Amino acid sequence: MKQLKSFIRKEIFHILRDVRTLGFLLIIPVILMILFGYAITTEVRDTRVAVLDLSKDAVTRQIVERFAANKYFTMTKEVSTMAQIDEAFRRDEIDMALCFSENFASQAVHGGAAVQLLLDGIEPNQASIRSGYATQLLMATVQEQASRMVTNRQLQIVPNVRMLYNPQQKSEYNFVPGVMGMIVMLLCTLMSSVAIVREKEVGTMEVLLASPLPPLTMIIAKLVPYFVISLINMLTILALSKWMLGLPFVGNLWIWLGIAVLFILVALSIGLLISTCVSTQLAAMLLSLLMIVPTLYFSGMVFSVEAMPVPAQGIATIIPARWFIDATRKLMIQGVEPVFVVKNTLVLTIELVVLLAISLKLFKIRLS
Amino acid sequence: MTLLFLLEKEFKQMFRLIILPIIFVLLPVFMLNMIPRIATQEVKNVNFVVVDNDHSSLSRRLIEKLSASAYFHLLDVSPTYQAAEYYIKSGDADIIVEISPDFEKNLYREGRADVQVSANAINGSKSGLGSAYITQIITAYANELNEENGTAAANSKLSTLNSQLSPRFLYNLNLDYKVYMIPAVIAMILTLLMGFLPALNIVLEKERGTIEQINVTPIGRLEFILAKLIPYWVVGIAVLLFSILCGGMFHGVWPVGSVWSILTITTVFLFVASSMGLIVSNFSDTIQQAALVMFCFLIIFILLSGLLTPVSSMPTWARAITEFNPMRFFIEPMRIIYIKGATLRDLAPYFLRLSIMAVVLGTLAIWSYKKNS
Repeated sequence: MKQLKSFIRKEIFHILRDVRTLGFLLIIPVILMILFGYAITTEVRDTRVAVLDLSKDAVTRQIVERFAANKYFTMTKEVSTMAQIDEAFRRDEIDMALCFSENFASQAVHGGAAVQLLLDGIEPNQASIRSGYATQLLMATVQEQASRMVTNRQLQIVPNVRMLYNPQQKSEYNFVPGVMGMIVMLLCTLMSSVAIVREKEVGTMEVLLASPLPPLTMIIAKLVPYFVISLINMLTILALSKWMLGLPFVGNLWIWLGIAVLFILVALSIGLLISTCVSTQLAAMLLSLLMIVPTLYFSGMVFSVEAMPVPAQGIATIIPARWFIDATRKLMIQGVEPVFVVKNTLVLTIELVVLLAISLKLFKIRLS
Repeated sequence: MTLLFLLEKEFKQMFRLIILPIIFVLLPVFMLNMIPRIATQEVKNVNFVVVDNDHSSLSRRLIEKLSASAYFHLLDVSPTYQAAEYYIKSGDADIIVEISPDFEKNLYREGRADVQVSANAINGSKSGLGSAYITQIITAYANELNEENGTAAANSKLSTLNSQLSPRFLYNLNLDYKVYMIPAVIAMILTLLMGFLPALNIVLEKERGTIEQINVTPIGRLEFILAKLIPYWVVGIAVLLFSILCGGMFHGVWPVGSVWSILTITTVFLFVASSMGLIVSNFSDTIQQAALVMFCFLIIFILLSGLLTPVSSMPTWARAITEFNPMRFFIEPMRIIYIKGATLRDLAPYFLRLSIMAVVLGTLAIWSYKKNS
């Protein structure tokens, strides 16, 4: 115990001596949280529209006005030929084009009015949402014009749509837990992955190995100060999401904290494992940076896990951030009972045990 | 001439670290194979639960209609709303469709019946599109019932317009997400490697002490920085070509535009990314510092580039930041060349912007390297 204490003190000195790095460690999460709390969203807004109006009558003018007044659309240009539209699409100046044929108004009443909606399909989701909005707007305007139509008694099934947990459909509710998981995961790995390899590179490993310290004590002592920093980061992030981004916290805070601690430990042990495997700091940094890739794509932060093909879902299962993000969404926003996060806790615990066991096993007590 | 020797040194150092060549090959293979398969915002296979309070033939037919759709997967038919809510809480289902009691009776007597659709709205695009699809299916079902009962709407001219109004999607005809992601994933691979490696390079020489040996030689600042930049540029181009090959072989997605335009824009971008890395490296004392700062920049670049979420969705101030994000001005032209086949002339604005960034950051990289500490 005394050994452990003094070793922890040594590690704390190491970290406190490098004030610049410590500063970065504490400030980076704040910057990222502020930036991404609002910036990451998939809402559709600001669709740039070009109009090709060969008719120029009252109806088309009204439709164009409607589009201009709608918050989803911005009219960028009026063109007179199809060639201009093609060019604007290719230069990425517009996202959508409305083309009215000649004599649109008179044909609209008699049936057979021609309006063509052209959309840039480059981003599929945005394209289909945009086309949905535009079609609705067009139909509504034309319907008003031809409102004298008779409808007889029809059977109607009325769907009442209710949005649970997030009635205003704010995208922060979805993305903030993801950003939290990503920041903590990557910072933890970047921190702890230098822990052992630095001693190797600097040459102080020899001294440590010659001492009677057992590897487990050494590993624990290395992790303690980083754990404290990560915990501070986690709490800062939570405070920012609550007070700055205005996210609710409806679930059980203590259970969430417990899972957060577990998640930090898993992330730190991944760094530790990297540190025991490689022989240079460069390789350690590179590997922990490449953790961006699985964390970004497989964690369910942006792309939902259920939509992935089965082998990819398998990969997602071992990504710790996935379980943390899922638990955060459930506890913070849905406010579910603790039973529903038992699985998350279990997976994280198993990962922690396995990672620590492998690190300990790979920890060489001899210099090669 | 000295430059050649320096280049030889840099290349030898790069390939002596065995992990680097492995990453140069494995990273594109892994990322281009897996990510286009999973990186999709398409809404499909959404699990839903039905609460059927009516148990009539009409309600059963509605359930069949819903589960026949490719977008949805019927997980369970629950007896009560509370039982269905369990699936939402556990995360197994995202939508509850509750059919009101007397659904059939109300429909025939009053011509109107209610269906309650409750969606887990944490993921806005999933709940939004999901409930919209359900609404469409329900409306189609109502139309079908109307036709069977002869209560279909009298010929509405509107419906002719409606049938004509099939929007046409340009370039990405089948709305395939893969086509959209592959050029961006290539851009991400290049940014990750060619931004991060230079960031560790000079600071590594500092930590090892070899920088002093360079400082006492008559090698100029320009030569030194060029010797650091050129290897990344060469490797970057090789990784680019390999990545294009991977994208084509794994998914059959080849650039529509010319490879030359891709090469030109990549050349400029690689100089921007590596210069940026070298600047960070010059200002850092330890490898860990450089890595942390570069990580911060990379995450900002990636998330504010339109790679994962569209730039047009961002709030105005965030869009202002993206104006300075070199990765955005690389991903956008990459996508446009890949999908729309734009030529370099179409891309002149992007090209100009990247060139300005390259000049500014390149100068900064040379300026920030000081031979005396």
